[in-house]
Amino acid sequence: MEFQDVKLETKDYNLYYGDFRALKDVDIQIPRNAITAIIGPSGCGKSTFLRTFNRMNDLISGVRVDGGVFIDDHNVFAMDPVELRFCVGMVFQRPNPFPKTIFDNVAYGPRSHGVRDRAELAEIVERSLRGAVLWDEVKDDLNKSGLALSGGQQQRLCIARALAVEPDVILMDEPASALDPVATLKIEELIQQLKKEYTIVIVTHNMQQAARASDYTAFFMMDEDRAGYLVEHGPTQRMFTNPQEEMTERYITGRFG
Amino acid sequence: MSEGTARPTGMTREDVTLSRLVQLAVSQREGTPRAKVNLARRHLIQRAAFGLLWLSGIAAVAILLAVVGYVVVQGAKVVNLEFLTTPPAGGLAASDVGGMSTTVVSTIYLVFWTIVIAGPLGVLAAIYLVEYAEEVEGGTGLIPTIVSVVRFAVEILAGVPSIIFGLFGYALFVSAVSLGWSFSLRSAAVTGACLVLPVIIRASEEAIKAVPRSYREASLALGATKWQTAWKVVLPAAAPGIITGIVLSVGRVVSETAVFFVTFGGTVRAPDTVFDLSSPGRSMALHVYYLAMETRAFDKAMGTGAVLILTIILINLLINIVSRRLAAKLKGR
Repeated sequence: MEFQDVKLETKDYNLYYGDFRALKDVDIQIPRNAITAIIGPSGCGKSTFLRTFNRMNDLISGVRVDGGVFIDDHNVFAMDPVELRFCVGMVFQRPNPFPKTIFDNVAYGPRSHGVRDRAELAEIVERSLRGAVLWDEVKDDLNKSGLALSGGQQQRLCIARALAVEPDVILMDEPASALDPVATLKIEELIQQLKKEYTIVIVTHNMQQAARASDYTAFFMMDEDRAGYLVEHGPTQRMFTNPQEEMTERYITGRFG
Repeated sequence: MSEGTARPTGMTREDVTLSRLVQLAVSQREGTPRAKVNLARRHLIQRAAFGLLWLSGIAAVAILLAVVGYVVVQGAKVVNLEFLTTPPAGGLAASDVGGMSTTVVSTIYLVFWTIVIAGPLGVLAAIYLVEYAEEVEGGTGLIPTIVSVVRFAVEILAGVPSIIFGLFGYALFVSAVSLGWSFSLRSAAVTGACLVLPVIIRASEEAIKAVPRSYREASLALGATKWQTAWKVVLPAAAPGIITGIVLSVGRVVSETAVFFVTFGGTVRAPDTVFDLSSPGRSMALHVYYLAMETRAFDKAMGTGAVLILTIILINLLINIVSRRLAAKLKGR
């Protein structure tokens, strides 16, 4: 589907692991300041697709791409990956705080980009932790290790850490799959708040999560050669009530996958 | 579950289903289940194996206690504050009078310089091998070739007998006229650094490899460069392992004789300061050798040996404490 205000876009995008084609001719537009969920069965390339936007696939040897990937109409493959990742933050499947204090975790990004001033860092840390709805829980323990927090808190710390760099886009790779239902709900509420300022793309295995927490849903599937492709993309409401492809309907009603 | 079967208390539905399945499986067999026939035999083998393991463990402890105990008991006869604080008297051969103070000082200077040289070099080489080189490994071309050569070299270096290092150091640093280093702290430290470099590289490499990939991904995803990731995230997380490697090398330098025999000289006088690089000296381990072989002061050799071995034990305890503390701190405890 087409959007007025496009933040991210791919055109005829293909990705290969060596000879294996993992993503096939993906054309998608992702709107600004909205939550787009990516759903699909395991192995259909959802995470690989997500990692396209901050070029994390560059780290895997043997990966080759063709086609275009754009952020605000800039080709990401023409950008410096380090610079790209200032604009495109990422939250991973398992909470992965650094074995550093809570403060140092959040300050890591800004420090890497050259912020040295202690007061400025303190301000960024507070703002980011507030943004991730973690401040009230940790404000007295900023010097405690990030690893001493609970799983849900750790994941919000990771979100705070991503916010501290002030990106435009936040990619989330099944951010709640390692968390209990209460922590999951907190993360989902948080994501709703974040969309006011950020474009969010979230990969999820959990159909209910996609249905209740996203504005748009993209459904990926794999073909006979196991290459992932985009089946359907539209407003979440419509995708879950009136999908246009039979495959989408069968997937969301749980008849396969 | 058949109708009317009461569920035993404390069992869940799954437990009942499972025990029912097991019953079924057992009842389908004729006579005694096979497992039961073997059981006595298996228990016997288990006991025998465990006994053997226990004996091996005890043997290790016994040997340690025998060696350490003997040397410490023998050495205790001469070790006292005076022995530790007086220099050995006389020259090379006549050092059977006096204490061992200068050898302690020489050993400390030697350890200092060896680690100052080999520590940073080894850690940086390990970072290179893990963080930078691994992505090109397996490929073809100049850089992958260099990388595999470096890796191979480190492995070989780790297996080279220490006297070979000594010979090398003697030829290159001590006797080479162009350098003119002669027997000196400088020659000994540089040769010692060559000796422990592979130890540090390998320990650091293992420690760096053990750092979870997720830390690196998190750092890179925040827009940090590869170097920032290696320096700010990977290295601190690998610190316990790296420190273990470095302290192990300290132990190696303290206990090494062959290398320093041919590079450090052997004069009982210690270098004046840690920066007195051109003076020769005698480490504790060398002192043990000289006392035992060149003089008849066997009791003093034992005394020095006792101090040496207690130092090594202390260093090992230190490794445990420091790396455990660091690891606990990293885990947030």
